[in-house]
Amino acid sequence: MKNIPVSAMIGLFFTALYFLMAIFAPLLAPYGMAEVVGGVWEPSSEQFLLGTDSIGRDLLSRMIYGGRTTIFIATAATLISFVTGSILGFLAAVSGGWIDQALSRFVDLIMSIPTLIFALVVLSVMPVTVPVLILVMGLLDSTRVYRLARAVAVDITVMDYVEAARLRGEKTAWIIFREILPNALSPLVAEMGLRFIFAVLFVSTLSFLGLGVQPPQADWGGIVKENKEGIVYGIPAALVPAFAIATLAISVNLVADWVLNRTTSLKGGRG
Amino acid sequence: MSQILKLLAQRIALSLLLLFLVSILIFAGTIILPGDVAQSILGQSATPEALANLRAELGLNDPPLTRYFAWLGGILQGDLGTALTSGQSIADAIGTRLGNTFFLAFWAALVAVPLAIFLGLLAVRYRDRWPDKLISAVTLTSISIPEFLIGYVLMYFISVRLGWFPSVAMINDGMNLGQKLNAIALPVMVLTLVVLAHMMRMTRAAILNVMQSAYIETAELKGLSGFDVIRKHAFPNAIAPIVNVVMLNLAYLVVGVVVIEVVFVYPGMGQYLVDHVSKRDVPVVQACGLIFAAVYIGLNMIADVVSILTNPRLRHPK
Amino acid sequence: MSDPLVKVRDLKIGATVYPPGEKPKEIEIVHGVDFDLKKGEVLGLIGESGAGKSTIGLATMAYGRGGVEITGGEVWVNGRDILQSGLRDVRRLRGGEVTYVSQSAAASFNPAKKIMEQVTEAAIRHNKFSRREAESRAVDLFTRLGLPNPETIGNRYPHQVSGGQLQRCMTALALCPEPDLVVFDEPTTALDVTTQIDVLAAIKEAIRDTGVAALYITHDLAVVAQVSDHIMVLRMGDMVEYGTTDQIINAPKEDYTRALVSVRSIKHVEKPPTPEPVLSVRNITARYAGTRFDVLHDVTVDLHPGQTLAIVGESGSGKSTLARVITGLLPPREGRIDFAGRSLSPDLAGRSREDLRELQMIYQMADVAMNPRQTVGTIIGRPLEFYFGLKGREKQKRIQELLDAIELGDGFQDRYPAELSGGQKQRVCIARALAAKPKMIICDEVTSALDPLVADGILKLLLNLQKIEDVAYLFITHDLATVRAIADSIAVMYQGRVQRYGGKTEVLSPPFDDYTDLLLSSVPEMKLGWLEEVIAHRKMESAGH
Repeated sequence: MKNIPVSAMIGLFFTALYFLMAIFAPLLAPYGMAEVVGGVWEPSSEQFLLGTDSIGRDLLSRMIYGGRTTIFIATAATLISFVTGSILGFLAAVSGGWIDQALSRFVDLIMSIPTLIFALVVLSVMPVTVPVLILVMGLLDSTRVYRLARAVAVDITVMDYVEAARLRGEKTAWIIFREILPNALSPLVAEMGLRFIFAVLFVSTLSFLGLGVQPPQADWGGIVKENKEGIVYGIPAALVPAFAIATLAISVNLVADWVLNRTTSLKGGRG
Repeated sequence: MSQILKLLAQRIALSLLLLFLVSILIFAGTIILPGDVAQSILGQSATPEALANLRAELGLNDPPLTRYFAWLGGILQGDLGTALTSGQSIADAIGTRLGNTFFLAFWAALVAVPLAIFLGLLAVRYRDRWPDKLISAVTLTSISIPEFLIGYVLMYFISVRLGWFPSVAMINDGMNLGQKLNAIALPVMVLTLVVLAHMMRMTRAAILNVMQSAYIETAELKGLSGFDVIRKHAFPNAIAPIVNVVMLNLAYLVVGVVVIEVVFVYPGMGQYLVDHVSKRDVPVVQACGLIFAAVYIGLNMIADVVSILTNPRLRHPK
Repeated sequence: MSDPLVKVRDLKIGATVYPPGEKPKEIEIVHGVDFDLKKGEVLGLIGESGAGKSTIGLATMAYGRGGVEITGGEVWVNGRDILQSGLRDVRRLRGGEVTYVSQSAAASFNPAKKIMEQVTEAAIRHNKFSRREAESRAVDLFTRLGLPNPETIGNRYPHQVSGGQLQRCMTALALCPEPDLVVFDEPTTALDVTTQIDVLAAIKEAIRDTGVAALYITHDLAVVAQVSDHIMVLRMGDMVEYGTTDQIINAPKEDYTRALVSVRSIKHVEKPPTPEPVLSVRNITARYAGTRFDVLHDVTVDLHPGQTLAIVGESGSGKSTLARVITGLLPPREGRIDFAGRSLSPDLAGRSREDLRELQMIYQMADVAMNPRQTVGTIIGRPLEFYFGLKGREKQKRIQELLDAIELGDGFQDRYPAELSGGQKQRVCIARALAAKPKMIICDEVTSALDPLVADGILKLLLNLQKIEDVAYLFITHDLATVRAIADSIAVMYQGRVQRYGGKTEVLSPPFDDYTDLLLSSVPEMKLGWLEEVIAHRKMESAGH
C-alpha cells in the first residue's frame, strides 16, 4: 500500500466515499427522496445545505439518493459489459477461425452506429425501466470491452509461453485462466474504470434527455433536467450534479490511470 | 496504382455494406415493438375497426421483409415516410433541421480542429513540462463531465451571469450570418470543449508516435533544426494519423450535437430525434438514426481513405 | 604534432531508469572513458549489451538517446569541445562533420521520402555541395558500395529495396556530406551472414577510399577485427582494454578480452549414428494456411538418441517452420514423422500426452517463453505436476534438483522471471524442458539473443545435460560457430530444402555445394585479413568461371 501515489490515494478515497454514500443513502439523507419540505428553489441554508429544488424538495437528499441510482445503474451496466465483453473477447482470441470472424464482424457492425443514437433507437421501442436501461447500456458497451479483451488476449496468445502450454498439452480452460487471464487483468481493470465513468455519463445523459430514470426516482442526470429552467434565472441548482459527476469521474480516472501505469511499468521493467 | 484503387473500392464498398446492415438493424426495431404503431397513433380508446383500417393503410399487415424493402426503397428515393405524431412528411421536417445541425457542427469543427491540433503540438513541444501537464489536467476534467453539464455551466456563467451571449440558440432564415453566429456562440463553445480534449490527446499521441521513430533520430543527427525535422520528416508521416484523429472526433461531435441542441433548444436534427423518441414516433427515429449513422460511417470511411492515400507503401508499390 | 580528430576525456553518461513500482532513478551507464582517434583511423568499440558502446558513439555527436544524458567529461572534435558548444555549432557538427549509420536502416529511413532526397539532405543542408553535386556524389557512392542500378536506385522509396541494400544506402547517406568521422552502430548485425560479408566489404572499401575516420561499434569481435585499426573493449560502462587490433586479437592482456576472443572454445567430438533414430522426418512438405507456396520441400532428416542434429540456415530457409511441423503446430501437407519408434500424429490435437512429454521445446526469447506472472517454482513445477502428478514435498524436492542441475541453486523458486538475467531465464526454460524427462528437445535459436559469454555457458550446460540425461537435441541456429561447438550431425537448409546433410565433419569438409560454400566462407573468423582473403578468393573464383 505504501507505493500508491498521492493522486491514486485521492482517487481511491473519493471513489470509496461516493460508493459508501450510495450504499448508506437512507441513513445519510436528511429528508426523504420525494418529500416536499420547503419552498421552490430555496437557497442554501442550515436547514437545506444545498437548498431546495424546483418543487421544494431537499436537494442534498435528492443528490444522495440520485447518486445511489446513478452509481447502481452504472455499476450494473459495467459488470454486464465486462462479463459479456471479456468472455466473448477471450473466446474469440483463443478459438480464432469462424467464431472470431463472426463475433468481430458483428461487433464492427454495432460499433458503426454511434452508441447514443443506437440507444435512442432502441429506447424508442422498449419500455424505459431500470433493468432495460442497464441491459441496453451494458450490452452496447460490451462491444468496446470485447475489442479490448480480444486485442489483449490475441497479444498474449502469440506469446511463446502460451505455445509452450499448448505443446505441454494443457486444456483451453487452463490456458485462458492460468496463462492469459493473469496477464490481461491489469489493462482490463483499468478499462473497467473508464467504462464505469462512461456508464455514469451515459445514464446521466439519457436521464437528462428524459429517456433514462423516470421521475419521481432521482438520479443525477434527472436532477439537472428538473432544475434546468432555474439556470436562466441564475439559480445554480442544476450545476450541483455537475460537480458530483465530475469529481466521481475524475476520482475513478485517477485510480484507473494508476492501475494502467502499474501494468506498463511491469511490462517495461525487464531491462 | 491499381492496388490502391482496389483498396479504396473495397473500403467504400465496405461502408455501403455497413450502411445497408445498419438499416436492417434499425428497421428491426419496429418488429420488436411491444403493441403496435397503429395503437400508439390512435391511443387506447380506438375501436378495433379503426385500428384494422390504419394497419392496412400503413402496410403493417405485410410481412416484415416486404415492409423493410418498401421502407428502404422509399429512403433511396428521398422519401423518409410520415411522422406518426404529426402526419407530416419526415423529409420535409428534416430538410432545414439537417442544415441547421450541419451549420452548428461546421462552426464547432472550424474552431475545434485547428485549436486541438495547435494544443496537441504545444503539448508535444513542451512534453512533460507544465504546459503539457496543464493541458492534460484540463482535458481529464473535461472528459469527466457530460456534454449537457458543460453546456449548463457555460450558460450559467457566460450567458446568465455575464450576459454575453443568448442562453437559447434560436435561429431562423430571417437572420443574417452575424446574428446566427451570435446565437450559436455558446453551443459552439460547448461542442468545442467537448471534442477538444479527445482530439488534443489523440493528436499528441499520434505526433509523439511519429516523433519516436528512428527516422526522426536520423534527421536530428543530420543536424536539421527542430522546425525542419518536424516539417520535412515528421509532418508527412503524421498527416494520416492526424486526419484519422480529426475524423473520429468529428464523428464524436455529430453525437455531441444531439445533446447540445436539447440544452440550447436549437432547431436541429438532434432535438427533433430526442423529441420523437419520447413520443415513440418510430418512423422519425428510424430516419434520424439512419442519417446519423450514415454521417458517422462516412466520416470513418474518409479517415481510412486518407490513410490509404497517404501510405507510401501503397502509393509506391514494389 | 597536430591534435587528433576526436579526443574524449573522462566521458561520463547517465540515464534515467523506471524500475517497476518505484520512482524513476538516475544511474550512471558510462563511468569515465578516454580515447583518441586520428584522421582516417578506425576504432572498434566492442562489448556486450549494456557496455555503453552505442551511447559513447552517439556522444561524439553530443546526442543522448531517450533519457540518456552526458553528465561529465570532454568530447573534442576538430579542436573544439562539443559538450560546451551551443546548439548551432552542434547542428553544424551533426550530419556535417560527424555522421551516423544505425543498426536498422529500414527504420532509420523516412518511409515517405525517396532515398536520394534523404541521402543528399545533410550535404545540401550544411552547404557542403550543391544539389547536383550531392546527387552525383551519391550515385558515385552507390556504385562504390556495389548497389544495383546506382543511377536510379535513389529514385526509389526505402520499402522498395532490400534490407542489405538499404544498409548500404545508409552508409552512402553517412558518407555523402564528406564527414570527418562516421559512427557505425552495429551496421551489419541485423543482416544474414551471407549478406553481412558483402556489406562489411563495401563499408571497409568506402572507408579506405574516402579516408574518413570511423568508430565501429559491434558486439562481434570477429567483425570488428576486419575493419578497425584499434579496438577498445568495454564492459558495463568501463574500459577493459585498449590496443591495436593485432594485439587485442592475438595477445589480449585482460581475462575478459581473452574470454571474448576464445568464445566457442568448446571441443565436441562427433558421435557416430546409432541404428535406431529417435526422430525420423520423412519427405515433409509444408505451407502456411492461406498461402500458395510451400515453405518446406521434401525434407528428410534423422536424429539419433543422445545426439545433436543442427539445422542451419539463414532467415527464410524454413528451419523454424520445420520445428513447427515436428511439434505438431503446423500439420505438413505431405510426409511423415516417426518418434521413439512410433508414428506421430501430424497435428497437436492427435498426440498422446506421452508424445508431448517426450518431445520438449526451448525458445529463442526466454523472456516471452515464461509467463511473467508465475514464479520459477511454478514454471518448473507445472510439467512435474502435469506429467507425473507430483505434489507437495516431492515436487519441491524435484524442482530443487532441477535448479541444481541448471546451476542456479537455492532461493530461485520464489522469484519471478523479471528478476532474472537473460542467461538465468534461459536456464529456467531448460529446467522446464528437462522436468518432463524428454527423449528429445527442440532448441530454437536458444543462444542467439544472449551475449557471447553467457551463450557459451548455456551451450556447455546443454552438452553436459545431454551426457547425464541422454537427451537428443534438434538445434536450430543461424550461427555456424555454435554448430561447430555442439553438433553431431548437420542439415544445411536453403529456401525450404535440405541442401546438405550428414555427420558434422562430412558436412563441414569440402567438396562443398555452392550454397554451403558461400555460407561457410561468409562466417567472420577471428583473424586479421580474413575479409580480404575471402573477397580475393571469391573474385578469383568468379573470374575463373
